[in-house]
Amino acid sequence: MNAIAPSLTLVVVAGFLIAAGVYLLLERALTRLLLGIVLASNGVATLYLVVSGPAKGAPFVGARPTEEMSDPLPQAMVLTAIVIALASVAFVLSLAYRQWRITGSDDVPDDAEDDLIKRLAERDEVSSTYDPDTQSTTTADEEDATA
Amino acid sequence: MTLLLLAHFVAAAVAPALARILHRRSFLVLALVPAVTFAWLLAQTSRVTDGHAVVEQISWVPQLGMDFDLRLGTLQWLLGLLVSGVGALALVYCAWYFKPDDPSLWRFTGVFTAFAGAMFGLVVADNLMALYVFWELTTVFSYTLIGHNPVRSANRRSATQALLVTTFGGLAMLVGTIVLGETSSYTISEMLADPPPAGTLTTIAVLLVLVGALTKSAQVPFHFWLPGAMAAPTPVSAYLHAASMVKAGIYLILLLEPIFADVPGWRPVLLVLGLWTMILGGWRALRQDDIKLLLAYGTVSQLGFMTVLAGIGSKAAGLAALALVLSHALFKSVLFFTVGIIDKGTGTRDLKQLHGVARSAPLLAVVAILSAASMAGLPPLVGFVAKESALTAAIESAHGPLTATTGWLTVAGLVVGSVLTVAYSARFVWGAFMTKGATGTSPRPTPFDAPKALLIAPVLLSLTTLGSGFFGAPLTELFHPYAVTLPGEEPEHLALWHGLTPALGLTVLAITTGLALFALRGPFATLQDRLPQVVDAERVYQRFMRALDRFAVEVTALSQGGSLPTYLSTIFIIVLVLPGAVAATALPGTQVRLWDSVAQAVVGLFIIVGAVLAVRSRNRLQSVMFVGATGYGLALLFLLHGAPDLALTQVLVETFSLVLFVLVLRKLPERFRRRPLAERRSWRRSWRLALAGSMGLAISTITVVAANARVHEPISKAFPEAAYAFGHGKNIVNVTLVDIRAWDTLGEISVLVAAATGIASLVFVRTQDVEHSWTRRRSHVEVISSVARERRSVILETATRLVFHVMILLSLYLLLAGHNQVGGGFAGGLVLGLALLVRYLAGGRAELDFAAPVSAGFVLGAGLAVSAVSALAPLAFGGTVLQSAVVELDLPIWGHVKIVTALLFDIGVYLIVTGLALDVVRSLGSGIDKQAEEDEVTA
Repeated sequence: MNAIAPSLTLVVVAGFLIAAGVYLLLERALTRLLLGIVLASNGVATLYLVVSGPAKGAPFVGARPTEEMSDPLPQAMVLTAIVIALASVAFVLSLAYRQWRITGSDDVPDDAEDDLIKRLAERDEVSSTYDPDTQSTTTADEEDATA
Repeated sequence: MTLLLLAHFVAAAVAPALARILHRRSFLVLALVPAVTFAWLLAQTSRVTDGHAVVEQISWVPQLGMDFDLRLGTLQWLLGLLVSGVGALALVYCAWYFKPDDPSLWRFTGVFTAFAGAMFGLVVADNLMALYVFWELTTVFSYTLIGHNPVRSANRRSATQALLVTTFGGLAMLVGTIVLGETSSYTISEMLADPPPAGTLTTIAVLLVLVGALTKSAQVPFHFWLPGAMAAPTPVSAYLHAASMVKAGIYLILLLEPIFADVPGWRPVLLVLGLWTMILGGWRALRQDDIKLLLAYGTVSQLGFMTVLAGIGSKAAGLAALALVLSHALFKSVLFFTVGIIDKGTGTRDLKQLHGVARSAPLLAVVAILSAASMAGLPPLVGFVAKESALTAAIESAHGPLTATTGWLTVAGLVVGSVLTVAYSARFVWGAFMTKGATGTSPRPTPFDAPKALLIAPVLLSLTTLGSGFFGAPLTELFHPYAVTLPGEEPEHLALWHGLTPALGLTVLAITTGLALFALRGPFATLQDRLPQVVDAERVYQRFMRALDRFAVEVTALSQGGSLPTYLSTIFIIVLVLPGAVAATALPGTQVRLWDSVAQAVVGLFIIVGAVLAVRSRNRLQSVMFVGATGYGLALLFLLHGAPDLALTQVLVETFSLVLFVLVLRKLPERFRRRPLAERRSWRRSWRLALAGSMGLAISTITVVAANARVHEPISKAFPEAAYAFGHGKNIVNVTLVDIRAWDTLGEISVLVAAATGIASLVFVRTQDVEHSWTRRRSHVEVISSVARERRSVILETATRLVFHVMILLSLYLLLAGHNQVGGGFAGGLVLGLALLVRYLAGGRAELDFAAPVSAGFVLGAGLAVSAVSALAPLAFGGTVLQSAVVELDLPIWGHVKIVTALLFDIGVYLIVTGLALDVVRSLGSGIDKQAEEDEVTA
């Protein structure tokens, strides 16, 4: 049997972190959204601890027998995830900064293009890229093709 | 064959460069490629006639049935000759057709040659997938060639119309070919030998393939794209839209004919649509004043003719179809070339304005009249031979494989089509060359001036038209290997004279009636105008496109409201409803432990409190601190779980991102914007709370269920041994990163580089990130004095400078020790990054540039290069990518030293993490400072 009976503590902690993260993600301020992402990714990192099974010793060859080592694979995965999270924090922070420089607030507004399309739909109109020219392509005025 | 195919695409790739040097003469060089192909195909004649196909096989993905097989049978040989022969001549024609200074020649030369290659590939491909790829390539090249002059909106619309109609068919065909390939074989020759079992599935697949063939060959109701495609330059019309691409559909039908002729629907579809197309095309051709459009509708009509022959599916009809494919390619390309010359010589294609061209260009007139006569089916030309055999085949088909009624209806339809063909052929000759005038007044001949060299292609092709009519018997021999694959009696030879046969009678009838129709063109035109316009396929297409666009607008408006919270809520709800609900049903019976240790529970409580406080706070900095607290708590959890590497990295990352938050938040308002009171109290808040809570619960449930459901032993059980045996390291996590799963790491550091680039470009839209301080290096005193006095802290500055070197040493230690102990490239790079961050905090951006006088981009690039090189280096020594080796040295001071090559990879990681840190500090620290100063100056 390879099934894991997970530590309830870790599961509950992860659940709380993810719930808090989701709550913040549903906000409009970009910095708050970002904090939501950080909380949620901390929650997911906790889940990796669940996957690695019961807490054991550090996985160093020779330091202890293999059976007493914790699973190294989830650790390696979380390690890369943590560093990626740092990069995304920095990226979203610069997005928030830029948004603030341009609009004076770091809120994520509704997409203006989507709003435009909504209005097109209300007026039963075609999209802006639609070519309304219905003259037959064979009767359109001809010019010198080599021009 | 593979080489020839390759040569086309190589030629297409160098064509733009060639066009810059040789201008329009580059066409003559490019023509060599199809010319050599043509010669090679001629050399294969005897082998193909003997019934031995020329086969080349290149295995690509055999598991998916994707082999690159080429096969040259009779059908392929004939089509290949037409494609390469007419292609070479069309390229020669282009050399004089285009203006010497045409600015878009570079593009045209390349695309045209590439098209010739794709067309050749389509014909010789012996794999359904390869055929499909070449099929669509010809569509795409045709699109760019039709839109050669994109300035005119009509050209753009024509090109799009042709593209959409033919790719619609192409997609239907793709589905069909996949079904056929899966039930039989993707290799066409194998499928022909072992056809898929008859049944509904096969029937549907075959009909889908037919949709592709019929759209490509411009059959009703998809015919309208072809006249529209006349917006292309004339050589394109002559080559793509007369001789080669539009024959692709006919080719496919003929190819599959031997095994699918009896599939329900095959014959009715081909016969009905073919006859309809033939008659409709002829009818429309008689109404055109533009001689190019007249020919285009003529092509539609002739393609219908070929479809009918292919649909009959007897030996005689197959033979006639091949003869017709040959004769049509010959005469129709000549006629298009003629139109091009007239257009160029007189500046018009309107037959009402063309007068007496026959007198100013007699040779052209002779050539064109020969071809038009072949089109009309006059002896002794090859067109007559083809039409005779076609009518004979149709008459015979009434005794099988068609029923008597169907057979005679087909004959009647073909005769009506032939009458129209004779009439529009006459109309073409009259319109293009004769002097027209009402009641004896004879208008002046249209001025004519065109290069004589343009005649090379049409003259050569007409000589073939004239000559091949006399070689009916050898042609029969050549086509015979294909004809025998079809059912029916042994057909008569192709010949000019079979005696007084019913077919000859029908031909005479068609010619006389056709000429009478031409003589009565005035009244007939009036009749045509009086008849009500039946459904116009182009209008239907336009209405469909409009409806599609409207549908897209409605769907987009419905599905993409543009609100981020709405999108996210949708995603979350799906997670709750699908995996969440399923997991909940599996929850009973699962087992859990309370905790691993009491310490874990204490830390867990700390984290939960931090998370709740972070959500409740509306002060930006406060929230950041609470989130940071959960991060440090997580590091403790890692430590308790036997993951010191993770704990170390988490602490470093948490510290770094805390500082980053502070650097950016110093610019933003202190508190989050207050929501309007109504909204805060409204159901929205409770809804968010409910959604968030359910998500947390759902994820927890899924985790418990998933953990209990594990059945396999973790793969990492083998890691400890592998780490030491192959990775030569004791720190299993680090070896996992740089060796066992180094591909993941390679991907990850690439993401880091991309993120760093994005950050820098978001902040530095206009300026450079580093003020190249190494070019004008300043002294310490200068650096310090560049910081505003009130922000200086002597103690911090001095302490930083002392601690800086210690931190660098620490980072190097972590890097080097990481393979065997806690540490590694990630941790080392983060420590170095923190060291730089501290320097910046203490002394501002000048101090940072002084400490790290390099561009972050350089460090990132160097890191990526080091990682990539160290990943690839083992290949040079006969190893595999990312393989580790160990180098043992005896050094004077260190003694015995073991260096693992994976260290090199880790150095790359180290450099990238450092580069990322430097980039971030420069952007969010120095960059924001600088912009603030600029704002102050402008304010």
